Amino acid sequence: MIRYAITRLALALPTIVIALFLIFALIRLIPGDPAQLILGETDDPAALARIRAELALDQPLAVQFYHWVTALGQGDFGKSISMESPVLDLLVPAMGVTASLVIPAVVLAAIMAVPLGMFAAWRQNTRTDTVVVALATVSLSIPSFWLGLMMLLLFGVQLDIFPVVGYISLTEDFTQGLHYLVLPVLTLALIEAGVLVRLARASTIEVLQLEYVAHARAKGLSESAVACRHVLPNVIGPTWIMIGLVLGGLLGGAVVIETVFSLPGLGRLMVEAVFARDYPVVQGCMVIVMLCYVGVNLMIELTAPVLCPALRYD
Amino acid sequence: MLKTRPSGIVGMVVLALVVSAAIAGAIATPFDPTLVDFSSRLLPPSLRHWLGTDEWGRDVFSRLLSGAAITVSVAGMTTLLVTVFGALLGAFSGFVGGWFDRVVVALMDAFLAFPALVLAIAMTTVLAGSPVAPVIALAVAYMPYMVRVVRANVMTMRQRDFIAASKVMRNSAAFTLVRHIMPNTVAPVLVMATSLFGWALLAESALSFLGLGLAPPAASWGGMLADSRNYFADAPWLAIAPGVAISGALLGINLFGDFCRDYFDRKMKD
Repeated sequence: MIRYAITRLALALPTIVIALFLIFALIRLIPGDPAQLILGETDDPAALARIRAELALDQPLAVQFYHWVTALGQGDFGKSISMESPVLDLLVPAMGVTASLVIPAVVLAAIMAVPLGMFAAWRQNTRTDTVVVALATVSLSIPSFWLGLMMLLLFGVQLDIFPVVGYISLTEDFTQGLHYLVLPVLTLALIEAGVLVRLARASTIEVLQLEYVAHARAKGLSESAVACRHVLPNVIGPTWIMIGLVLGGLLGGAVVIETVFSLPGLGRLMVEAVFARDYPVVQGCMVIVMLCYVGVNLMIELTAPVLCPALRYD
Repeated sequence: MLKTRPSGIVGMVVLALVVSAAIAGAIATPFDPTLVDFSSRLLPPSLRHWLGTDEWGRDVFSRLLSGAAITVSVAGMTTLLVTVFGALLGAFSGFVGGWFDRVVVALMDAFLAFPALVLAIAMTTVLAGSPVAPVIALAVAYMPYMVRVVRANVMTMRQRDFIAASKVMRNSAAFTLVRHIMPNTVAPVLVMATSLFGWALLAESALSFLGLGLAPPAASWGGMLADSRNYFADAPWLAIAPGVAISGALLGINLFGDFCRDYFDRKMKD
């Protein structure tokens, strides 16, 4: 198990380094002087010279990359052009907002999807099953930003239950903050639940055909005992792995959801930075999103054998 | 097969509708989709304007059609680029193996370390202003998925007897690849391409919703949704029409994709 963990970690390292290089290369791909791009509109030769020296622009690309990565390692993500503050100071609060959106959404989606998928599998090829599968397919087809807008239209504008614009952070005022998070979390969870329902249903159907389920039933166990004791543990494994894949959709979805609900998260920060041509912020957001994505997937791969005995390698 | 899966027919019909709307949108629309007319601002749906008008007095139905042309062609071109180049790269990489394969895999893994939409957004900064920016950005973001699927398929194929037989017959590697391996990857490539078309359509809508798609006044479904936000309470039809269009198109693609997968799965089993 420990050997497996170390191998997985070692395999992830080159991916992270190349991904960091891609982020680093992004700004070099834009035509023009990188120092000028980073500084924005200015003709101060001293400042330009300072940035050029900081970026080691006279050195080979590999040395420049090394400088950039070591600075990142020390928490120096550069300075924002449009907001005149260190990029890290912008990233940290934005990460908190995105986490408070994405984590509850994943949990909620799993809580809704796994029982529903199992239930549909139990009733395979009945009307209930068809309805659940149809709902899941529809949820796969609705863009998160449209569902978000419709939620706002219904619960915000028509029924006036939830706020339409603005944001209050959870640390500022917990209950008020929750009020602002309900609709975005619900939107994201409903969208991602579609994939999970289909997966939980498919895994359950597979498990139900195994002999040990027939054996459990033959012992005279009730259907609910079969479901909870024998089927559920084997359905959780594949679903857990799927959550890692869904996370990519969630982080991407968070970008648009944050724009719809005007939440000051990582996605919105990145989109605003793209508009402001604030390259250090764009790079910083990408570094964080990439590290979270790779990190969570690693964590899921490492924990999967614990949850799903069939995946144990040794 | 179609009889047992009526949802496949529904998918095909919806897809055909979307493509015809896109063709109609490219050729002719009832009203000029970019014509500003302040005397008919924010009109609700009527016999004259089937889906109402927007804040510039433009006919929503006409904009929906011309938006279909843009959204479908961006998604279509992205799918075409990814399918051709991704399948070639994946097949070649899986077939030759060695250091070339290792480099390709490492690079694709690095691209896959970003959620596709985030990568596409970042790519638009590099390509800012170019009319092909959305297509290239989306193609780069989705290419690794195709490369991965085709490569895995070719790798398993390489170990099959008929490939060994082709080698024994002293066929060249290139001949074996083109004559024996590529035709056998058509099914997974087609299934993947259908999913890709859906992903690209959704991502294009998301990019234009964020304002990173093609520049206005060109109509796109995502852009129309974004504009609708300011007139939310007074003109909800502005938000409903493009949303139904995107969801409907995606539903059609998903149903068709499910049908394709089942069809090829069954064929493989037979």
